[in-house]
Amino acid sequence: MSNSVISVISRFLAEYASSTPNKLKVIDAYLLYIMMTGALQFLYCLLVGTFPFNSFLSGFISCVGSFILAVCLRIQINPQNKGEFLSISPERAFADFLFAHTVLHLVVINFIG
Amino acid sequence: MTEFHSRSSGGTGGSPPGIRRSSAAGGGGKKGELSQPAGWRCLLSFTILFLACVCGFISRLFAVIRFESLIHEFDPWFNYRSTHYLTTNGFYEFLNWFDERAWYPLGRIVGGTVYPGLMVTAGLIHYILNLVHLTVHIRDGAGLLSACFVAVVPGYISRSVAGSFDNEAVAIFALQFTYFLWVKSIKTGSVFWTVGCCLSYFYMVSAWGGYVFIINLIPLHVFVLLLMRRFSKRVYIAYSTFYIIGLILSMQIPFVGFQPIRTSEHMAAAVPARQTDAAGQTDYVFCLCLCRCAAAVCVCRLPQQHRLDRSMERTLLFTWDTGYAKIHIPIIASVSEHQPTTWVSFFFDLHILVCTFPAGLWFCIRNMTTERVFVVLYGISAVYFAGVMVRLMLTLTPVVCVLSAVCFSSVFEHYLSDELKQDDPPAEDAADEDDRRNSGSLYDKAGKLCKHQVCEEGLGSNIRSLVIVLLLLLLLMFTVHCTWVTSNAYSSPSVVLASYNHDGSRSILDDFREAYYWLRLNTDQHVRVMSWWDYGYQIAGMANRTTLVDNNTWNNSHIALVGKAMASNESVAYDIMRLLDVDYVLIIFGGVMGYSGDDINKFLWMVRIAEGEHPRDVRESDFFTPQGEFRVDKDASPALLNSLMYKMSYYRFGEMQLDFRTPPGFDRTRNAEIGNKDVRLKHLEEAFTSEHWLVRIYKVKDLDNRQPLERKPRVTSTNHNHKSRKGSRRKRGLVKNKLVLKKGRKLNRKRKQTRLDSLQ
Repeated sequence: MSNSVISVISRFLAEYASSTPNKLKVIDAYLLYIMMTGALQFLYCLLVGTFPFNSFLSGFISCVGSFILAVCLRIQINPQNKGEFLSISPERAFADFLFAHTVLHLVVINFIG
Repeated sequence: MTEFHSRSSGGTGGSPPGIRRSSAAGGGGKKGELSQPAGWRCLLSFTILFLACVCGFISRLFAVIRFESLIHEFDPWFNYRSTHYLTTNGFYEFLNWFDERAWYPLGRIVGGTVYPGLMVTAGLIHYILNLVHLTVHIRDGAGLLSACFVAVVPGYISRSVAGSFDNEAVAIFALQFTYFLWVKSIKTGSVFWTVGCCLSYFYMVSAWGGYVFIINLIPLHVFVLLLMRRFSKRVYIAYSTFYIIGLILSMQIPFVGFQPIRTSEHMAAAVPARQTDAAGQTDYVFCLCLCRCAAAVCVCRLPQQHRLDRSMERTLLFTWDTGYAKIHIPIIASVSEHQPTTWVSFFFDLHILVCTFPAGLWFCIRNMTTERVFVVLYGISAVYFAGVMVRLMLTLTPVVCVLSAVCFSSVFEHYLSDELKQDDPPAEDAADEDDRRNSGSLYDKAGKLCKHQVCEEGLGSNIRSLVIVLLLLLLLMFTVHCTWVTSNAYSSPSVVLASYNHDGSRSILDDFREAYYWLRLNTDQHVRVMSWWDYGYQIAGMANRTTLVDNNTWNNSHIALVGKAMASNESVAYDIMRLLDVDYVLIIFGGVMGYSGDDINKFLWMVRIAEGEHPRDVRESDFFTPQGEFRVDKDASPALLNSLMYKMSYYRFGEMQLDFRTPPGFDRTRNAEIGNKDVRLKHLEEAFTSEHWLVRIYKVKDLDNRQPLERKPRVTSTNHNHKSRKGSRRKRGLVKNKLVLKKGRKLNRKRKQTRLDSLQ
């Protein structure tokens, strides 16, 4: 049982390392980083309590929001998905990503209190 | 022609001039082929949209032309007052405004209990116009603003006439814009449109409480797409971005606060978020999304205290189950806009569109795409809610317009198709497939091509023109009806009433404003005015006096206290009025004019609301006759005859004889002669009655200096056998014949002595 799990994981990692383009790997690293930050925030909240609730919410939502936006970017850039996004070039996707981030962070700064 | 059709199906929601488009589209199609069809199409569509805007704008000006630029109804007065405060004091002051002149003695935190979108929009326009040195008073600017958001249909006009300065004027526009952007973002899968949709959603949240409709409809759409297996990466991108950015944007409005992650009506949005992740396509994204959805679950689980226990907001609960509200929340059930919609109002507001709407729905279902699912869902849910509450006709109207436009244009398409077969049929949606199928079958049988065409044409042209003419007639009647409805039903400011005499001339009843201005000019600035909550905003806006309860109705027990005061006898009411520091009482009385919206007709609602809070003191059954009727004549129940409302309404009315056929004291609204004509008020005195007796104001008298004794004075024992002692008989101890001193005369000594001797 554990053998098969390990073999699946190792095969997954090998395939991942070989077949994904560099851009996507960068995005994946970024996603991992965001997830860590979000987990840390959540842990802090569990330990210390939710007192300035709006601050916690804004920080956590900024993590989740950045995560989702990065996932969207990854989907749009991935050359395998080109058929679905005919009108959106990778540059356009990145520009949208920046725009969305601007809006998100403006709101987060306002909400953090 | 086809371009309009695609627009009506693809671009759902963008300001829908609906019928106008397709009627003119019919005319446009008839012009035949033109050179540079794309350019002409563009020009045509712009012209038609512009004409639609102008028409919509003009038809809303009836009220301004007939009466004056006046703010209608009740709620707009509050919005006007808030906008005024906003423009004079600035935005931060507005957000932190604590209004102590409303809900005396509690006050009201306006910043936290209001949807600021409308005021901000109006304030912004005012600011911009002032910058350009066009000084526009808020009152005029507000009215014009609401005339800008267009549709010809009366369902929308009812809330956006010039002068009806209410939240919905802005909110429906924001709603449609949000939906349009949502469909656009689903179509393209671009994050840009999704963020635009979020920003428009934010505007909607700031404008109206109906934003909950959006936040439930969009997840429902995604869920249905999941079920129908039409789910794609585009939908995933659009929805997940929309959800998270929309969530944090909506929490910026103080009134909404943390509700989006606490109350159950918002929970529905989180469900598809989790499910979309589970349905993610690629392996890599799948793992990552699992983690993300775990995070989302945590966000929802976190606020431990009263999360899902806190029930849905009362109004929303009311839309699901009207029976519940009637028993438990009488305030919400009593508002006239919250009554269930009748078929008459459906037809009145929508005319022909009621019939063509299901046809359009069917067309959409037959040619299903992702976007059409949305329109269908919107249509069905809007129909349900519009059936529950008259006010929600507003949300129904745009989708009815759109679907009817679909229906009309596809019918026109079908019957005008001979002209357009020569164009290359564009690869668009809906009824074009019909044509293509037809032409496909025609081209297969090449030999029979000409014959088929001839056959179709020959058969078609009479029927075609007949059908087209019929449809155009229908559309014409529709526009006439809409204009008539707008001018007659929806353009009256309810503050100023108009009635028509026998010879057709108009007489204006300006009693309300007369009374409010009397209050404004003749009373001290700090007096408190008690009235029923309907008039609170108007009193605050026009008379500028402190009120006890107003249309915000956020404090039910305060309103119940006022209701109890109106329904009890004068002494009990006086105690309540002294408790609340009331100086004046204002009531509306329609008995002289036959005005049916007066306080005696609302009286039973006052009783019900008071009974909800004080069931032992006020009972609704006391106010009915033993047979169960509500009457004001001699057979009226004694509780009603002694109530403060009755006394205030009919004070001195018993002496008034309206015309020679009816006895004095004949109430025209209830068509009855009143029961108690000799009304005496002990603690109130009449301060003002308007010209047609519509508004009556009473002053609350202060306590008497000396309380009159309630018991008979005590009789002390007196000597009943009193004999008169007036006689010349002298008794011991009585001094009679006192010495009289005459001034200026010296008494002789001798004389004095003899006198004294004679005394003894």
